[in-house]
Amino acid sequence: MSQLDDNTTQVDETATEPMIRLDQVSKIYPDQEIPAVETLSLDIARGEVLVLVGPSGCGKSTTLRLINRMIEPSSGRIIFDGEDVTSINPDLLRRRIGYVIQQIGLFPHMTIADNVATVPRLLGWKKDKIRTRVDELLDMVGLEPSQYRDRYPKELSGGQAQRCGVARALGADPEVLLMDEPFGAIDPITRDRLQNEFLRLQSELKKTIVFVTHDIDEAMKMGDRIAILKDRSQIAQLDKPEHILAYPVDDFVDDFIGSGSTLKGLSFERVRDLELAPYPTIRHDAGHAQARRVLDAAPQRWLLVLDELDRPLRWVNESHLDRTDRPLRDLGHPVRAKVEPNATLHDTLEAMLTSMAGCACVIDKRGSLQGVVEIEALTDVIRRLRTNARKHYEEGNGSVAPTTGTTA
Amino acid sequence: MSGITNWFDYVGDRWDDVWAASWDHFLLVIQVMIVATVLSVAVGIAVRNNTTLRNVALGIAGVLITIPSLALFTIFIPIVGLGFKPAFIALLLYAILPILRNTITGLREVDPNVLESARGMGLNATQRLVRVQLPLAWPVILAGIRVSTLITTGFAAIATLVAGPGLGIFIKDGLRRLGLPLSMESVWTGTIFTILLALILDVVLSTIGRFTTSRGVR
Repeated sequence: MSQLDDNTTQVDETATEPMIRLDQVSKIYPDQEIPAVETLSLDIARGEVLVLVGPSGCGKSTTLRLINRMIEPSSGRIIFDGEDVTSINPDLLRRRIGYVIQQIGLFPHMTIADNVATVPRLLGWKKDKIRTRVDELLDMVGLEPSQYRDRYPKELSGGQAQRCGVARALGADPEVLLMDEPFGAIDPITRDRLQNEFLRLQSELKKTIVFVTHDIDEAMKMGDRIAILKDRSQIAQLDKPEHILAYPVDDFVDDFIGSGSTLKGLSFERVRDLELAPYPTIRHDAGHAQARRVLDAAPQRWLLVLDELDRPLRWVNESHLDRTDRPLRDLGHPVRAKVEPNATLHDTLEAMLTSMAGCACVIDKRGSLQGVVEIEALTDVIRRLRTNARKHYEEGNGSVAPTTGTTA
Repeated sequence: MSGITNWFDYVGDRWDDVWAASWDHFLLVIQVMIVATVLSVAVGIAVRNNTTLRNVALGIAGVLITIPSLALFTIFIPIVGLGFKPAFIALLLYAILPILRNTITGLREVDPNVLESARGMGLNATQRLVRVQLPLAWPVILAGIRVSTLITTGFAAIATLVAGPGLGIFIKDGLRRLGLPLSMESVWTGTIFTILLALILDVVLSTIGRFTTSRGVR
């Protein structure tokens, strides 16, 4: 039931060789005393989305750009797919790594197809193969190839341009994608849509992705793991989003994730993982006397009226029963708060808040009642998450700041 | 009105000479422009990323253009003699500044994000220059070439003073015989055909621009 216990360190342990390893990497700019990045060590596992998040100026972008050596490290090593790439030709390295920036930087003088074909051309692919690949990629990011292939960047909206940017980064099917605030300059509605599409795409592609953002909510949404960075790119906390929400290791992290972290944490838990307590129910054709008996026998104040297929119909309480002799299906209040087992607890809580009885009915696909979620179930979950997260850190499993030896 | 009729008669009577002088004028200008373009773009590319070099190059080109034209045409006679050569050199030195300045501006105005993404995808410095910077700077460079061509076409009329080729001969003749019959017709011939040539060259260049500039940056 608890995700905390069984696969906490899966990412770190099962993938014996990380896709990317930063080994004691520092970046000191010539005319500055304080390093932009100080002895940072970080492993990025194959197929994970690691989000670097932190306040402006914490060095998160610098860290990202150290990976494809857009910025050369002052010291330390960068290991890419088991190979030390600290001193190989950076252009050859970059052709193996997709790179997406906030401002996109499409080539304005080239068509969308030519933009997307950039890296395949550099790698000397055959024309036919490039054409097929371009159409495949445009299709993948939701730009109809026949319609967009021959357009120019200036003819695209911001959202379309960033889709094109992602397609271009995926051009030669790199294993790794670096994304620097890719959705930062896009309006909130489009951003949400792009994020969802990105997650769908990633569930198929399983790329190794390093994603930089300053938006903690975006980080929580996109990341398999999140590294919260403070000054000089020091890792304040590195873990799965639900762990960070349940147990921020220090005040910095606590401040950064902001208020409402408990609520946010509920987004990572699902109804199907709850143990549902028994709830008094009754068929709609039963008599009032029987209804009273069931209600009296249960601790709850409300009775749930079901139809012949066990689908919840009405909430009924004692005063409803006192007032009239009409059949149960016409009494009380209609049941509106219904959730399916894969709903998040966040959505469930929202449904409960609108419910007359303060509960949400869990229903299966056919609409039949599976159980009822009461507020206590949620507070139990929250308590459990916190306890487990604390235990996880006290036992030393949490990667608060792995091997960040502050040698300075 | 008779003045204009006279002028047409004048040109008609000497059409072969006018055509030959125009052609020579054109050849002088076109050779100057080809060399000036290659030279200025090359220098512009070479100095684009270095502030000091950039200022030195622009400074020199700026000083060249302030040298009085009569002097500039004359200075090189002791070295290269009379005729085409001193005229070519003087015009070349004048033609550099507009192209050089526009080359530098055009290259530097390329959106840094575009260059960042180009670098991030693994284009090396040469590929970035050839595939990204030059195509994007081209409309600006071409604008410099057009300005330079107009200036050069006009100045080329002075070439005749150092026994160079071109339409200047009509102006010089007119000046020498000023007040005598047909002197003004001669001056007008040199002037009008120089202007016509400049306009034709400008139209040609603008047409070239239309065909060589990507639809995406127009």
